[in-house]
Amino acid sequence: MSKQARHWEKTRGLLMVTLAIWFVFSIGIFLFGAEMESVTGPFGYPLTYWFTCQGSLGIFVILIFWFANKQEKIDEEFGFSEKGDD
Amino acid sequence: MIKGKFIDNLPRVYGIYTGGFLAFIIIMAIGEQMGMTSKAIGICFVAFTVAIYAIIGYLSRTAQADAYYVAGRQVPTVFNGMATAADWMSGASFVAMAGGIYFKGYGYMALLVGWTGGYVLVASLLAPYLRKFGCYTVPDFIGTRYGGNLARLMAVIVLTVASFTYVTAQINATGTIASVALDIPFKYAVYIGLISILLCSMLGGMRGVTWTQVAQYIVLIIAYLLPVFWISNKMGAGFFPHFMLADEVARIAELESQFGLGTVKNSAADLANVPKGLAGITKAHSAVNATPWAFISLALAMMMGTASLPHVMMRYFTTPSVKAARKSVGWSLFFIFLLYSSAPMLATLSKLSLIDPTLTTGIIGKSIAEVQAIDWYQNWNQANLMFVSDFNGNGTLELNEFFMGGKAVVLATPEIAGLPYVISGLVAAGGMAAAMSTADGLILAIANALSHDLYYKIIDPKAETAKRLVVARVLLVVIGFAGATIAAMEIQGILGSVIWAFDFAMSGLFFPLVLGVWWKRANREGAIAGMALGLISGTAYLIWVRNGGSGFLGITQLTFGIFGSAVSLVSMVVVSLMTSAPTAATQRMVDEVRVPSGRSIIGKQ
Repeated sequence: MSKQARHWEKTRGLLMVTLAIWFVFSIGIFLFGAEMESVTGPFGYPLTYWFTCQGSLGIFVILIFWFANKQEKIDEEFGFSEKGDD
Repeated sequence: MIKGKFIDNLPRVYGIYTGGFLAFIIIMAIGEQMGMTSKAIGICFVAFTVAIYAIIGYLSRTAQADAYYVAGRQVPTVFNGMATAADWMSGASFVAMAGGIYFKGYGYMALLVGWTGGYVLVASLLAPYLRKFGCYTVPDFIGTRYGGNLARLMAVIVLTVASFTYVTAQINATGTIASVALDIPFKYAVYIGLISILLCSMLGGMRGVTWTQVAQYIVLIIAYLLPVFWISNKMGAGFFPHFMLADEVARIAELESQFGLGTVKNSAADLANVPKGLAGITKAHSAVNATPWAFISLALAMMMGTASLPHVMMRYFTTPSVKAARKSVGWSLFFIFLLYSSAPMLATLSKLSLIDPTLTTGIIGKSIAEVQAIDWYQNWNQANLMFVSDFNGNGTLELNEFFMGGKAVVLATPEIAGLPYVISGLVAAGGMAAAMSTADGLILAIANALSHDLYYKIIDPKAETAKRLVVARVLLVVIGFAGATIAAMEIQGILGSVIWAFDFAMSGLFFPLVLGVWWKRANREGAIAGMALGLISGTAYLIWVRNGGSGFLGITQLTFGIFGSAVSLVSMVVVSLMTSAPTAATQRMVDEVRVPSGRSIIGKQ
């Protein structure tokens, strides 16, 4: 397999993991909104309420930075990272 | 004071700017103590901030295509994040969101999840690849990836429909705020708002818009967070509201059952007396009040719409590298998060200060006559944003007898909580900044697509740069005036049309964009079918439901994009597979897009 094909395979793998995490916190947990309601979440908020106003949102921010770093590592591994800095 | 290149000095420039703005707020506060009228403070806030944006817009003037279309591709990651956050957070986010949460609770908060989760899709599926492509506009990507003028034209059409729906709402919002702050009729205020918007973008294009958006973000975030923290501290709810309002949320739930929320209903005859656009609290504040599918479908539509809206995508064309584009999405969402996570807190504080009888600001349980004598009630009642009526004739105000406009939660809460008027002036300036920055991004997206893709690429490919930029600026003004004219007619509310814009964009553009990168087999015929059938079927569904159609699968007029994009996906895949595979050259191009290093596909034009 060519270098480029292997790079793309790894990139696609990372995409799948990223989208899976995204799916859980944007869709998955809200299937159980009513069940989570009686659970007390961080800072004492009802858990469902906490996810909608802080939890999921914060997880998305962290997820994007995590994804960007992982992708940079993959690019470096195959020598595809850009020269120069941002 | 400032030496060397502008880009290297950005932190210092915006640091001085932020300090200057804070000093201005303090001067206004002193002015208020010395007897400045509230009208004068309002005028000062709006006039001062708009003047600053206009100066930035003038200083950013340019005659180069690269600077005009993509700000010279040298906007640093963090600053592009701020600019995107301002571009993204519209008058609706700033003025209407906390109000929506206040009235509808959990079901409405699907928008918070949707409008943030979409950025994960932007970062992972699209932004870095479109940046590598090196295009000026989103239709530029579609036109080059799939080839042919028809695909490009279809993309221009979808972009225009979605962005134009969105922009009228933003111009409407600037008009509303300008008319309140400057105390002039709405139909003139709309044009004042428009001229302020054009001052930012006309001379400098994307470069001007970028640097004004950063300035606007700073104003809007200060204007949103300062009152939230202040009110929370004043009420003794906690010095850092985001982590400390659990007791308040629980207290609201307790009061809701005490006041008989959901059991005491108003009759239709009573409701007929309530002025149009005002609503009472009818839904629980924090309890789950929507079915899983209602919540998820709204969030999903907003997420896919986020990843299809061209005015957001084109912000990532301005970063220096692919790597920077990815990081920049993270920073954008961080800056958006600061405001979005505060909106539910503002709604909580606002609601509690109004309904808790043990607080001095609480009005529920007081006598109707007493409430009608309160200063702020009279002001906002006059502005048609507040209303009380003694339906059951017992002389006291009940929860179901108090009505408010959605905008009032953000605009009136500082006053209700007893903050000085200078805060209300600040909030007006923040709302103006939010609406202006989004309107600028949208008008520029439409004008750039029409000037670059329709005029330069399709009509006159030999046109010189100077002529292209003249066309771009003329279009900017024309589109702005068209938007303002429609906004002046006040056809629909701010929030409804914003949500529609997301649905239009996802119906036509989501799958053609994503599959353009991730599916090599996608070809021109498929993309054209996907864009055309997606947009047409989504629009048809909207019209059907608006005219009394029952809809299916619980898809409403707010989520019609789910139907449109499903049609788009199926037709794009089927038509692509029925027609021949893309040429070897196109497939090579897709391979190159997938690698961050190396030259961009389109290169300097």
